[in-house]
Amino acid sequence: MPFCSPPAHPDASQEVPAVGVKVENLVKNFGSLSVLKNVSFEVKPGEIFVLMGPSGSGKSVLLRHVVGLERATSGRVMIEGHDAAVEETRQHVCIGLVFQAGALFNSLSVYDNLALYLREHRVGSEAEIKTKVLHALKILSLENTAKKFPSDLSGGMKKRVAIARSLVMEPQLLLYDEPTSELDPVMAATISEIIASLRDQYRVTSIVVSHDRDLALNIADRIGLLMNGELIMVGTPAELKASQDPRIVDFLHPKFDLHNPRFKKLET
Amino acid sequence: MKQLRNICDGVGSVLALLVRSVGYAGTLPLQLGRFIEQCYLIGYTTLPIVAILSFFIGSVLALQAGYSMQDFGAKSFIGSLVGLSMARELGPMMVSILLAGRVGSAITAELASMKVYQEIDALETMNIPPARMLVMPRLAAVIVMMPVLTIIANLVGWFGGAFVSSHVKFIDIDSSTYFGALRHYTKFKDVANGLIKAEVFGFVVVLVCCSIGLRTRGGPREIGASVTRAVVTSLIMILVLDYFLTQVLLLISPS
Ligand SMILES: Nc1ncnc2c1ncn2[C@@H]1O[C@H](COP(=O)(O)OP(=O)(O)O)[C@@H](O)[C@H]1O
Ligand SMILES: [Mg+2]
Repeated sequence: MPFCSPPAHPDASQEVPAVGVKVENLVKNFGSLSVLKNVSFEVKPGEIFVLMGPSGSGKSVLLRHVVGLERATSGRVMIEGHDAAVEETRQHVCIGLVFQAGALFNSLSVYDNLALYLREHRVGSEAEIKTKVLHALKILSLENTAKKFPSDLSGGMKKRVAIARSLVMEPQLLLYDEPTSELDPVMAATISEIIASLRDQYRVTSIVVSHDRDLALNIADRIGLLMNGELIMVGTPAELKASQDPRIVDFLHPKFDLHNPRFKKLET
Repeated sequence: MKQLRNICDGVGSVLALLVRSVGYAGTLPLQLGRFIEQCYLIGYTTLPIVAILSFFIGSVLALQAGYSMQDFGAKSFIGSLVGLSMARELGPMMVSILLAGRVGSAITAELASMKVYQEIDALETMNIPPARMLVMPRLAAVIVMMPVLTIIANLVGWFGGAFVSSHVKFIDIDSSTYFGALRHYTKFKDVANGLIKAEVFGFVVVLVCCSIGLRTRGGPREIGASVTRAVVTSLIMILVLDYFLTQVLLLISPS
């Protein structure tokens, strides 16, 4: 079958083994622009790995390599022993990606957005699909939005619909690209809780790209810090907090110095 | 040099898309809903403008023919001229041009915005090939709808010619003379020639517009640029293909 066959029943997904991810010496250049410079790290099965880093450091590009949307210049990403760049990998391992902007299908209602994957891959009857879709909507408290279109949703709702849409795929590996950006603090915390509880419930391996400090320190098992395309540290939240590296300290606790602002330092 | 490479890239991706989409032809019965929706969009929504334009094209043909032929006393041949020109050339050509402007631009805009807003990427992560879900049903629909639209264009154009011939004073030919000449000189072969052309043009227009839409990169401004490029490329393809196709068809079925 041309897709990662999801388990027949939502509850059965606990039996699907979680997968590990290995990023090996990943290098990515866009023309002369070097975005990822020899990045290596490992994500253990069932873990929440948070990838932090300033904007433009290459976090989204890295995630796109994990789902096989981007070809590496050199190096590779291995998912449970399968090369992510090979198309067949997605048939062995079910990977969900929650895009930063949601990437919801604008011409489809929320319900159809969620049902599309199941319909296209003929996963069960329309009644079974309905059960699954409504279940996923309920997990993210989106029951009332089923008939709405993406353009009618608020930012927080779109993010949750995007998560729900990945969830109906019953993925073994779930990637989130800045799931809490552009959200108010309470909604951001809600999404963080959702990510953590999804992992506990379904044991999916999660890679979360975010520069949300609270999310990282609260739900991450391990954190990687990407700066200018280089991974400058990987460690537990406690290790990150204890780090004395000035770049890390400044990233986690940027000081506001109104008399000597950063952008002025750049000019000299 | 760079432009030449762009063109080669473009041709390459059109061909690749063609191969992939045709490979998914077997999934058509599973996508009947999409196929019917596309038939509706391609056929039904272009029908009014096709009818209006072909009426006027037939009329103008008759008018010009009547004007040029009045001195030779050859006015009774107006019907054959309108009949042949519509069937062999103007019907298919005009339907294809309207298809490019009306349907092709919409296809490119839709696919380009799906690409720019990462919906295409999302499909790929879901293991749903865009060629299967977005391109193949459109190609199937255009194959079905082009002959229908062209036949309607021919019929309406012929009646437009008849209307002008019988109502304009300096021509003044009654409908039976007009249709007599038309029937005598316009053979099934001529209509079939035109339908083959329409089929090829329509298929190429939809394929090119899909390919350009899916190849869009960047932001909203590029969506507009892609639509322009798709329509211009379609028009060029129609005119260039028309010449060569006419040559080939004349070789295959000489009069
Ligand atoms: N398709 C692309 N072509 C060229 N440059 C790109 C492309 N995608 C990303 N980049 C560049 O790669 C760098 C990292 O981008 P990104 O991974 O999106 O950053 P972020 O860490 O904020 O997610 C940026 O400088 C961006 O301009
Ligand atoms: Mg990003």
